[in-house]
Amino acid sequence: MSLLFALLVGTLTATGVFLTLRAQTFPVVLGLTLLSYAVNLFLFGMGRLASNAAAVLGAQTQYADPLPQALVLTAIVIAFAMTAFVIVLALKTRAELGNDHVDGTTDDAQKDDSSQ
Amino acid sequence: MTGLFTSPIWPLHWLALPVFLPVFSAALLILLHRRRIRLQRIVSGSSVAVLLAVVVALLVSGAGNQHLVYPMGDWPAPFGIVWVYDRLAGLMLLLTAGLAAISFIYTVATDEDRRGPHFHALFQAQLFGLNGAFLTGDVFNLFVFFEVLLLASYGLMLHGGGARRSRAGLHYMVINLIGSTLFLFAVGALYGVLGTLNIADLAQKLGQAPVQDYGIIAAASLLLFVVFAIKAAAFPLYLWLPATYAETSAPVAALFAIMTKVGLYAMLRVHGTLFDAHTAPAAFVNLISPWQIWLGILTLVMATLGVLAAQNLRRQVAYLILASVGTLMIALGMRTEAALSAALYYWIHTTVLSAGFFLLADMIRRGRTNGDDWASAPPITRMVLIGSLFFVYALAMSGLPPLTGFVGKILILSAALDQPLRTPIFATILITSLLAVIALARSGTRLFYRVDQPVTGMPPAAGPNRLGWIAVMSPILIAVLMVIAANPLSSWLDQTSAQINATPDYIHAVLNPPTMNADVLAFPAHPEHAATPTGAHQ
Repeated sequence: MSLLFALLVGTLTATGVFLTLRAQTFPVVLGLTLLSYAVNLFLFGMGRLASNAAAVLGAQTQYADPLPQALVLTAIVIAFAMTAFVIVLALKTRAELGNDHVDGTTDDAQKDDSSQ
Repeated sequence: MTGLFTSPIWPLHWLALPVFLPVFSAALLILLHRRRIRLQRIVSGSSVAVLLAVVVALLVSGAGNQHLVYPMGDWPAPFGIVWVYDRLAGLMLLLTAGLAAISFIYTVATDEDRRGPHFHALFQAQLFGLNGAFLTGDVFNLFVFFEVLLLASYGLMLHGGGARRSRAGLHYMVINLIGSTLFLFAVGALYGVLGTLNIADLAQKLGQAPVQDYGIIAAASLLLFVVFAIKAAAFPLYLWLPATYAETSAPVAALFAIMTKVGLYAMLRVHGTLFDAHTAPAAFVNLISPWQIWLGILTLVMATLGVLAAQNLRRQVAYLILASVGTLMIALGMRTEAALSAALYYWIHTTVLSAGFFLLADMIRRGRTNGDDWASAPPITRMVLIGSLFFVYALAMSGLPPLTGFVGKILILSAALDQPLRTPIFATILITSLLAVIALARSGTRLFYRVDQPVTGMPPAAGPNRLGWIAVMSPILIAVLMVIAANPLSSWLDQTSAQINATPDYIHAVLNPPTMNADVLAFPAHPEHAATPTGAHQ
């Protein structure tokens, strides 16, 4: 299970990094989302992987560490808000710059840059 | 939980006010966003005023002379989240509140808050995040407050709109989201190995960690260093800063002058506590500091080249902020008490004056027909006074006598005298100061001496109003006071840096709070983490 889990986190991270380095805003947003999935799984795994263990004290002799679960919950909420915001911002730059390149590099924008 | 309102810790609740006051004002301001801007200004302004008063009172009362620990919800330290108030946190809170006041006055003076509905709510949310980040003693709580202050800063940065601002905002946001992801990876790895998130407890557990875990701990700490370096805008992670600061509105840029310092503060708090020479294993003590010195030198060099090459005044000021980050990183990397005290003096100087310089650049930009780039323009209203202010700011920022930049750099250089790396440090700081003087002299010449004939028939642009003058001049007033009171101030800062270096006291204060109830239920720790260090895990 640990090996599968580690491979999953690694694949998600690698895909996320690859997509984040693209030049269009949509792949970048997807990449950030995949990175946040990867980090959520990673945090969860830091409580050690165990099957048949609830995060409840006293009910069983074997129980899961509840703190990483709380951390993951917080991280999910924050990542959700950030993703919503970055999508809106990406749409806004698409509308204002006329293309979805992360630098907005149309001919106009380059002229704009050189005149700064 | 009954202990919460019994007398011994009631005065401690004052510590929570710098965090809770802005968040409640922000909530109130969201409800008021359709009401008149005047009402919003009254709410936001009184919140800033009360915040400033509380923070000054906390600092003057000497509450930070010991580490004051505020356990959230009365949960004792390693289990609950604690906020820790000491001299350093008090100083940071005062800087934040002071910048907020200056920025608020300039906002009102220029009606910047009329350009969109939620300026004041975002402004208060920003203060909430900043104050929380300065007070917290828990790494994950630090992450949460980073997210709060970043989310508010995205909104503030984009306030007013415009294509170039959106583009700079997108870059700023994407790099910080990546930073947040790295932060979580680092925090997760630290928790996985050490089994705690409280900074003091982390430092204690680090001392007992088995040697085979050192690699993971070092990797996680260096990852955290990368995250804080993104926030502080250190080389090579600074590329987002000049565009962001130059494209956003002036009061927001002035408030953002504290944002790079949050990254430096986090380095000081987290890495300083974890890798303190008294408590940490020898392998970790010098893990971060050589990186700090060399990256600081590189940041300073690159920033000064940026200052020379900048095509307008706002971008030049943004690069000057970057240069100050480099100088501060060098001073923090030396890790002696004298260097830390010097760094704190320079820290106050650069935060306050670069905020004021942004406001002055905006004042110049508003007065000129073609903005703040170097093309010649007709004379601006009140040219002599604005030009004199520019001269004073340029003196202070480039580190010439008699203002604070000079004193700060002297203190840092004299602290560097006994460092093994003193030659590169001296060369970099002195040469970059000279280059900054040249660049600023050239900017002043271009902005104030190369003047076109006034266009006949065009009414001159209205000069700045009284509030604008107050906002631009008060940083200079603070700088003058800092020079006059340099001796008491630096002896206070010496005690502050001694307190920062007394990490065992910090750990003791956090983990053994005097008010802890004897009947608090002790939690059974998770078996993975409760075991003795040698058998901590498989």
